[in-house]
Amino acid sequence: MAGAKENIDRDTIEQVEQIDVEKYKYGFATDIKSDKAPIGLSEDIVRFISAKKNEPEWMLKWRLDAYERWLTMEEPNWAKLDYPKIDLNEIYFYAAPKSTPGPKSLDEVDPELLETYKKLGIPLLEQAVLAGVEGAKIAVDAVFDSVSVVTTFREELAKSGIIFCSISEAITEYPDLIKKYLATVVPVTDNYYSTLNCAVFTDGSFVYIPKGVRCPMELSTYFRINEINTGQFERTLIIAEEDSYVSYLEGCTAPMRDENQLHAAVVELVAHKNAEIKYSTVQNWYPGNKEGKGGIYNFVTKRGDCRGDNSKISWTQVETGSAITWKYPSCILRGDGSRGEFYSIAISNNYQQIDSGTKMIHLGKNTSSKVISKGIAAGFSDNTYRGLISAHKKATNARNFTQCDSLLIGDKCGAHTVPYIEAKNASVVFEHEATTSKISDEQLFYCQQRGLNAEEAVALIVNGFVRDVIQNLPMEFMVETQKLINISLEGSVG
Amino acid sequence: MSNMLEIKDLHVKVEDKEILKGVNLTIPKGETHAIMGRNGSGKSTLSYVMAGKEGYEITKGEILLDGENILELEPNERAVKGLFLAFQYPIEIPGVATMTFLKAAMNAQRKARGEEELLTPDFMREVKSAAKMLEIDSAMLKRALNVGFSGGEKKRAEILQMALLKPKMCVFDETDSGLDIDALKIVSQGVNALRDANRSMLIITHYQRLLNYIVPDVVHVFSNGKIVKSGDKSLALELEKHGYAQYDEST
Repeated sequence: MAGAKENIDRDTIEQVEQIDVEKYKYGFATDIKSDKAPIGLSEDIVRFISAKKNEPEWMLKWRLDAYERWLTMEEPNWAKLDYPKIDLNEIYFYAAPKSTPGPKSLDEVDPELLETYKKLGIPLLEQAVLAGVEGAKIAVDAVFDSVSVVTTFREELAKSGIIFCSISEAITEYPDLIKKYLATVVPVTDNYYSTLNCAVFTDGSFVYIPKGVRCPMELSTYFRINEINTGQFERTLIIAEEDSYVSYLEGCTAPMRDENQLHAAVVELVAHKNAEIKYSTVQNWYPGNKEGKGGIYNFVTKRGDCRGDNSKISWTQVETGSAITWKYPSCILRGDGSRGEFYSIAISNNYQQIDSGTKMIHLGKNTSSKVISKGIAAGFSDNTYRGLISAHKKATNARNFTQCDSLLIGDKCGAHTVPYIEAKNASVVFEHEATTSKISDEQLFYCQQRGLNAEEAVALIVNGFVRDVIQNLPMEFMVETQKLINISLEGSVG
Repeated sequence: MSNMLEIKDLHVKVEDKEILKGVNLTIPKGETHAIMGRNGSGKSTLSYVMAGKEGYEITKGEILLDGENILELEPNERAVKGLFLAFQYPIEIPGVATMTFLKAAMNAQRKARGEEELLTPDFMREVKSAAKMLEIDSAMLKRALNVGFSGGEKKRAEILQMALLKPKMCVFDETDSGLDIDALKIVSQGVNALRDANRSMLIITHYQRLLNYIVPDVVHVFSNGKIVKSGDKSLALELEKHGYAQYDEST
């Protein structure tokens, strides 16, 4: 029987190797004249970006300060990631699609751009969204490369006092809110990539939910990296005032490119007393081809601050793309009784490398957190969960439950779990469960005996494996995610 | 073609050890046969080889399903052609609700045959009526397939799948193992309800007990990798009385 097992393993591996990444569904490039900054990074580039965005003087100063600090910092190397050093002088830090300045309606938007979004299946057109499932209206702040092109539904949102616009616009229109909140969750000097982001971020989204308002629709941003060699430095800030609620969806796709592209976003969330923020991401950027050439480098800093009592922040992520992923959406549980959640599905195939997880920092009393992480590794990929659960000495009765499951497909891939736990208060209870499993030959055979082909069987088993997390996704993402899992593992067997 | 299954001089090796040593078996359409033999005689190997499990080297012989040699086909292709194996130890599929699995299997088979996918109301109707016959409640259908199921639940879930997939050749591998008498009756009733002129069945067991409830047309005695004797249902009773020893080959 051991012989049988080896046979099957070998087949599985061969099949995984056959995955046709060239089929990458979103691998097309749009030919739009780009308005670029000169290549590379310098103080002049920071000034160029700020000037391009007509930023006030205080913002330029803020960026330059960050740039000065960044010059003294070093790239972190503690993650289980292996990639050649990124030459920042080979990257364009600013690229905006050439369009009429500040389009006021969809008619003014470059039709080719709209065509690109159509291929991505983004319901940019309001009527398309309105024609969708009842109650599933999504306002889209579409970000094309670095500039926010069009924002929909703003009028409807404005009626409830909600602000949903590009961060560039917020800097000009709502400077007081920006000054009050920007970099208060992720400090300017937090880490190498986030500091770099402060200096050169080009656009992103800004959301403000006033006191007592429950945002009537899911807010959504689709990021898309289009230009060759453009580092995309997004900056997102979401503020939920007391007793408010918002659910935010971030979906990412990028066209196929041979060179590695750098992405270093910063997302900050602030939840005041009794407020709740739900942040969901589906990331399917180009993962590189099956030899591991090309693909996105994704170094993201995402952090939420449960600033008020009984506030709640929930991160849900589905990571299927990028060549390198370095990402730890975290919660600072400052308010008493506040709650943080992290639900993650991370799929790696071929030569993809993922080092992702979360940090739950318990500062307040009776704070609780829950972490459910599902990693699926196939091909030659490496998939690491890295998580920190910590309790401050004042965090009486803090609770955490962490469940960390890995599923391996084939025997050339790796799954790793690196949990860090710190408790400075004796009353805390932290639970950690971890499992690693393989799709067994018996499971595959059983499913096949019922008529599913090997590929359908793997997709079904993987969907079962990630079910706890999928259930936490907004309806809009659920179906998309199931399809994405199937696409990502296409050809992994059978 | 009046034979549903023909196995001709089948020889199978596992890791250089010959397990099946020339199996010959013909099951006409609509008939139910039983294979009885002691543990380790190669009965389960026969069922796995029929279903196409990997790891078995077929050195000689063929298996015809409804006149077509199936040995080159993938397990799922054999399933689509109407071969169903009820497992001795049904496999757990964590996170996949029984209902979800049933629908995936039915639609996969329909797709492979070029048929339209089932509409949810039609699917629900079919599942409900089959589940009722097997005394399976809706709560069980929502649980992950076979995960935490009792022995009886697992076997009933197997028969439920069979009832919905409507195979033409059903193979039961030690279906009575792990069943108490009540579960045995329910499972047997379910199987008997599916017997018809266009469906054949092969029951693999080492106890006569199951054959009191599912009465076979023909009983075969299996020993040392092949069928050594065939007869009517009285052969099962005779085996129960005198044991398998008389059929062991002298070495």
